[in-house]
Amino acid sequence: MKRDECLKVLARHRTNEIVVAVWKAAHEWIHISPSDLNYTFVGAMGQGSSHALGLALARPDKRVIVLDGDGSLLMNLGSLVTIANAAPRNLIHFLCENGIYETNGGVAIPGTGRVSFTGLAREAGYPKVYEFSLLEDWERQLSRILKEEGPIFVDLKVETGEDYPEDFRRLYSIQHRDAFRQALKNA
Amino acid sequence: MDQTLRADEIIREVKRANIRFVAALPDRMTSEHLLKPILCNPDFRVIQVCKEDEGLSICSGLYAGGERALLLIQYTGLLDSMNALSRIGVEGQNPVCMMVGLLGKEPGVLPAQSKRYGLRIVVPILDVMGIEHHLIESSQDLSKIVPAVERAYASSMPVALLIGREPL
Repeated sequence: MKRDECLKVLARHRTNEIVVAVWKAAHEWIHISPSDLNYTFVGAMGQGSSHALGLALARPDKRVIVLDGDGSLLMNLGSLVTIANAAPRNLIHFLCENGIYETNGGVAIPGTGRVSFTGLAREAGYPKVYEFSLLEDWERQLSRILKEEGPIFVDLKVETGEDYPEDFRRLYSIQHRDAFRQALKNA
Repeated sequence: MDQTLRADEIIREVKRANIRFVAALPDRMTSEHLLKPILCNPDFRVIQVCKEDEGLSICSGLYAGGERALLLIQYTGLLDSMNALSRIGVEGQNPVCMMVGLLGKEPGVLPAQSKRYGLRIVVPILDVMGIEHHLIESSQDLSKIVPAVERAYASSMPVALLIGREPL
């Protein structure tokens, strides 16, 4: 599946969810699904899932989606245990697994083709785990998954799609973060 | 001068600062009398983390969602979290309120004058990073907690409350 095609499917199903996005997925997501409820201010690689947990605990009335990367998740594997233990019912953890550090030169991640992210999530204690490698399956099941009780882990086997502009200044903008806070306060 | 530090008084001040979420990784210096009572206290929601930088991010997510939080860790975890602290805390302007146990600090000795290298470098690092810090070592220091937390949220900047002796 092309990552941007996967994200376009998610955008079509999005209603009022908070979406925490990192790196390449973030650059694509802010174009595919622009919203003041997009949170891209994770600051350091690997930390998206932890920011999402904080948001999910602060706002149990809102669904929180995190668009994580495989290299990112490898930097913060403990977050799987932390999230499963905190058990936020409103958190869905999507992983865009492409097997490479795409932003950092396209080098393969350690364990490519051997590590099972769904296995890691399941054994960490996520009660529901899914994996998709076909766009039509993803499209068919997403609506149901978005209504399920979390925490949920969804591994999306993706490859690079269309090219989207990189704008790290936008991703980490304090102004946009404050706009997010205000939008969430009013949501 | 009272040379004791009471854990129940620290907890009282944390509550006075309107903090209800605590992200924590056990520190031998604060586990018994501070973290364990907080874990049992229904006024707090504790998120146990596997690594301290996770806690920084969780506190930042809570802030974005309108909640205050405390990160309770050991100084070794602070040193391990330098990238997250600089990128998320300082550059990201997130008011991460850290309560940091200085395990092994000699009583009555300033952290920067400790014989232990790891302790000695904590305050200079915080100074270089521009992070406000306060030593909490006796009951007289407890009054620093609430204003420090308030300043952190008013300025959207991290603060480190350095626990200089084991709270009892």
